Amino acid sequence: MSERFLVEAVNDALHVEMERDASVLVLGEDVGKLGGVFRATAGLQERFGANRCIDTPLAEAGILGTAVGLCMAGWRPVVEMQYDAFSYPALDQLITHVGRYHWRTRGTMTFPLTIRMPYGGGVRAPELHDDSPEAHYVHTPGVKVAIPSTPADAKGLLTAAIRDPDPVVVLEPKLHYRTAKQEVPDGEHVVPLGQARVAREGVDVTLVAYGAMVPLCERAADALAGEASCEVLDLRSLKPLDEDALLASVAKTGRAVIVQEAPRVAGFAAEIAAVLAEKAVFDLHGPVLRVTGYDVPYPYWQLEDYYMPSVERVTDAVRRVLAA
Amino acid sequence: MSQVLPAERGLRRVIGDGASVPDGQVDGLSADDLLALYRGLVLLRTYDERSVVYHRQGRIGTYAIFWNHEAMQVGSAFALERRDWIFPSYRESAIGLLRGMPVATVLQWWRGHPAGWWNPLDWNVASICVPIGTHVPHAVGFAWGAKLRGEDRVALVMFGDGATSEGSVHEGMTFAGVTKAPVILFCNNNQWAISTPVSEQTAAPTLAEKAIGYGMPGVRVDGGDVLAVYEATREAVARARAGDGPTFIEAVTYRAAPHATADDPSLYIDEERVAEARENECVGRFARYLERAGLLSEDVAAEIKDDALARLREGIAEAEAEPPADPALVFDYAYASPPPGLADDLAELRRILGR
Repeated sequence: MSERFLVEAVNDALHVEMERDASVLVLGEDVGKLGGVFRATAGLQERFGANRCIDTPLAEAGILGTAVGLCMAGWRPVVEMQYDAFSYPALDQLITHVGRYHWRTRGTMTFPLTIRMPYGGGVRAPELHDDSPEAHYVHTPGVKVAIPSTPADAKGLLTAAIRDPDPVVVLEPKLHYRTAKQEVPDGEHVVPLGQARVAREGVDVTLVAYGAMVPLCERAADALAGEASCEVLDLRSLKPLDEDALLASVAKTGRAVIVQEAPRVAGFAAEIAAVLAEKAVFDLHGPVLRVTGYDVPYPYWQLEDYYMPSVERVTDAVRRVLAA
Repeated sequence: MSQVLPAERGLRRVIGDGASVPDGQVDGLSADDLLALYRGLVLLRTYDERSVVYHRQGRIGTYAIFWNHEAMQVGSAFALERRDWIFPSYRESAIGLLRGMPVATVLQWWRGHPAGWWNPLDWNVASICVPIGTHVPHAVGFAWGAKLRGEDRVALVMFGDGATSEGSVHEGMTFAGVTKAPVILFCNNNQWAISTPVSEQTAAPTLAEKAIGYGMPGVRVDGGDVLAVYEATREAVARARAGDGPTFIEAVTYRAAPHATADDPSLYIDEERVAEARENECVGRFARYLERAGLLSEDVAAEIKDDALARLREGIAEAEAEPPADPALVFDYAYASPPPGLADDLAELRRILGR
């Protein structure tokens, strides 16, 4: 075990997997000599050479499109998108090819590529450095999505993504890249996709979250101590989704508040609410509530704290569902 | 060697007109090679013409016609080795036939049956790319990836004039130049993107000169001249194998048929140019070249045509004999390792269907 920040755990996972599997290569903007704008890929080019940690032209669709071809040539690419919203030019490749090519070849070719990117707000950044685009990815058939909330999970989920035979998008909460160190297993460490984690046990209400919203929900649970016993469920993987863990938790608590930082309409919280409506309605003692970003462009950063789900908004929702 | 016609902005041509323009020759092509090229042309032409009929008979769905594009497909594919890969657009849906892919497979693609979605590894032919130009980065990535692995393989990617306006083509060519990928970017400029003429597609005088901006050579050939196409592609392949990187080839022709079976070109096209293109279509042009060279008799031509027709007859019969696909194929292969919900969906569908 070593104490690592979340971004250091990402870096560790890349080192371990590139050491373990010579077909893994990393490509993206500024990932080589600079080691990435957040240093997630620091040291890889020195260790594995410029042919396995590749600085590319500034062209996201080109990066993802050539990664499809690299898969066809036998590589296992790990693509870095420099920021959440910088991945939008690559959505064309993602939707039209990345999620479809395995199907298109009737299973004869696999596209084991990983797309990782820092996501989310709260970092006082310029426009389009703050988005939470997970719904675009989850909504794309053929693509899996994982979002860690802790350093250990950042390593374990990225490792699982790299080893997975399908394309996986890993969204890393940039707000928490360097907020807290945690013990991270050394060497190989896998957190399987599709296994949620009970971050905190409770009996009155389940707070369903992922990524940067998990520590927020833990703080909200602290704030409600003595008033309500909150269970915090960290989904870790949005697709595949651990429905069993979700339903088990809600069966126990009878209440659910889903917290996401992305805009509300058709966001992933709506999918969770739909699953609960279909499969848990007789366990529920109150309405399923959502605490989300608003359906507006991510705000000017002086106003971003009004947009982001806060401890106050989460505790307010919990009190409302308990009073219902 | 091909001749270069400066008045036509450097268009390379080998086949003469049987009158004032003399026939040229391509070094290294035997009489058998020339007949193999002709067989390829006739096979693709027959595939295309029969497909339009099958569409009208309701036996295949909407079909993208490639009539008069055969020389570009046959000439370029013939310059490759079997280990090299071809990345086709829908306009080259049948290019796999040149590598022995069954006719039925391609027909099944146009029938929407899963049997038409081939295994690219069987033929070194990538899946048909339907969105415009987005397969260019795949070919570049493949060629680059093969080079990184130390494999001697080149990739040929085919797209139309309209595709040169797409961002994916720009990004793909950027990557090709920077990585010196062994790739041939083959643009069949038939001068129309459905109803949009190339003059409204770009202000560039030619498409070939766009290559300069990506640090690669751009070559213009007569796309109706199978020998000029072959020779230009062979040179590009040699450059790629030598480690000198990508080449952009602009093959110029004129779209002499509708974009697809659902298109009505009378609303926009220049009928006189169509008539001229049909008069000078690429298969007949090469047949006359071979006849002038004494390499193609009527008997041999008839045998080649009959053989192609027979393959099409067998192909459509085989395609139509294929049993309907099982509903499981809706779900199969969406993932290599599927999320659990898909199995539930299939079970529910089977329950409702009763099978």
